[in-house]
Amino acid sequence: MSNAAKRQTSTLDKVLRVVLYAALLAMAAVYLAPFIVMLLTSLKDVEEIRSGTLLSLPGSLNFDAWSKAWSGACTGSQCEGMAPYFLNSFQIVLPAVAISTLLGALNGYVISHWKFKGSDVFFAALLVGCFIPFQVILLPMARTLGWLGIANTTTGLVMVHVVYGVAFTTLFFRNFYQSIPVELVKAARLDGAGFFTIFYRIILPVSTPIIVVTVIWQFTQIWNDFLFGVAFSGFDTQPVTVALNNLVNTSFGGKEYNVDMAAAIIAALPTLVVYILAGKYFVRGLTAGAVKG
Amino acid sequence: MNNNAAKAGSGATQAGRPARLSLADWMPKIVMAPTAVAAIVCIYGYMIWTAVLSFTNSRMLPTYNFVGLDQYERLFMNDRWLVALSNLGVFGGLFILTCLFLGVMLAIFLDQKIRAEGAIRTIYLYPMAISFIVTGTAWKWLLNPTNGIEKMMIELGFEDFRFNWLSDPDMVVYCLVIAAVWQASGFVMALFLAGLRGVDSEMIKAAQLDGASIFTTYRRIILPSLKPVFFSALVILSHIAIKSFDLVAALTNGGPGYSSDLPANFMYAHAFTRSQIGLGAASAMVMLGCVLAILIPYLYSELRGERHE
Repeated sequence: MSNAAKRQTSTLDKVLRVVLYAALLAMAAVYLAPFIVMLLTSLKDVEEIRSGTLLSLPGSLNFDAWSKAWSGACTGSQCEGMAPYFLNSFQIVLPAVAISTLLGALNGYVISHWKFKGSDVFFAALLVGCFIPFQVILLPMARTLGWLGIANTTTGLVMVHVVYGVAFTTLFFRNFYQSIPVELVKAARLDGAGFFTIFYRIILPVSTPIIVVTVIWQFTQIWNDFLFGVAFSGFDTQPVTVALNNLVNTSFGGKEYNVDMAAAIIAALPTLVVYILAGKYFVRGLTAGAVKG
Repeated sequence: MNNNAAKAGSGATQAGRPARLSLADWMPKIVMAPTAVAAIVCIYGYMIWTAVLSFTNSRMLPTYNFVGLDQYERLFMNDRWLVALSNLGVFGGLFILTCLFLGVMLAIFLDQKIRAEGAIRTIYLYPMAISFIVTGTAWKWLLNPTNGIEKMMIELGFEDFRFNWLSDPDMVVYCLVIAAVWQASGFVMALFLAGLRGVDSEMIKAAQLDGASIFTTYRRIILPSLKPVFFSALVILSHIAIKSFDLVAALTNGGPGYSSDLPANFMYAHAFTRSQIGLGAASAMVMLGCVLAILIPYLYSELRGERHE
């Protein structure tokens, strides 16, 4: 499994291993540092920030910045903190993830087990959707949302995220379903099972891993989206990323870095929690798009 | 074949339900239809629409007065766009190279039967889970010229330490590189670690029986066999670079002046806030061209590879 040298350890090898561990831990510190600084800063008051340095410890645990970031800080002209936008993000993310995952599962099932003339061409055409720079669709989409009467609404954002997320979800499910033996589905069809019966009875029961991967991938992507949020949301439907950016760039009086940092951690928390709880599946999603399934 | 199976299927169930036959036949197509329509309209239709807009003199609202290639001409006379393009070159190049270097190095280091490998891996990769807006906010504070890293180093005794890249128009693009590398290098590490674990261990054993050192083994055998992973990482990283929008918005907002703009920010600014829809559309088309130039060879080799399997 591992490619490590299997020779006898000599003194040189021991020295090398010490250096190796030192390098790995130093890099770990570098990756962790920004988050630690954010956390420390969020717990200080403005005076401590001015007098101390990035890594100086707060005098006492002070959660004022957190409560202000959650419910009092100004994001543009409104001063309701991050809370309403945090909820907005959930209202966008949950339906968008559910719909795009379901569509992806059905599409993947068709492309791998109910091929028809043109289904492969369709798949290739859809793949392009994973890669286009979204700048190329922003203007027409803005017009379309206006015509449909869902500009600046949560519904509109859900729709946009479903449309451009389904390419990825289809890719994930298709790659996974390719590994289910064709004979299994063929036999079920000969036995008279229909399209949905096979899906429910044979395909879905083995799909749990890929559903988890897809849901995590979509959740992370949509929660972290900024471009669609800033282009298509209204004042009261902004997702949390847009609100954070407004909060940081709103400058009434002095800069409150502690509030900025608390707000940033709040915006990052849901995806960080998912990552820590289900990192294995997160990594699988990241590599699924890159390594052929 | 498809038809036969469907017929056989309906024949085996209750007779006298001809509707079933056609429905079963059509079901896959019906299921795919919404996605197909959405893809045709919202990917290809919109691409064409944007292309059309780029040939018009649309300003605040889309109009259809065609002016040929005027917008493209204006675009490449526009200093802000040229700055954005050259920033993309610098940012993209450094970002990709640094991520590849760090990612490969960390993956090889982690592949040496490290204790607590899982925990270390988790630390390297967590930035990938958060939004570029959060990353930008964090690094804006870290790189802050008066209160950030500079102040920390001065307090540590390095009196003359200066680190004001964030407010220096010539250096600000490197701030983007630092933040983006922090976020994405762990991902490259994960890709390569997965690749390393997939390398045929017999091949490595054979090389080591022949007396090859661990360095030679990596250089001559393991890394060359990871060529496809390099290729994938390269495509994904360049894709991230070209699409980078949120990081700039949060970290520098394009400033000072427009010295740290990237094409995506140029496009958004002109199409949505500066009432220059035609120019914005033209810049979006140039971005699409950049992506296709990378994507088409990649998809070509991927599809060819699949056919060989």
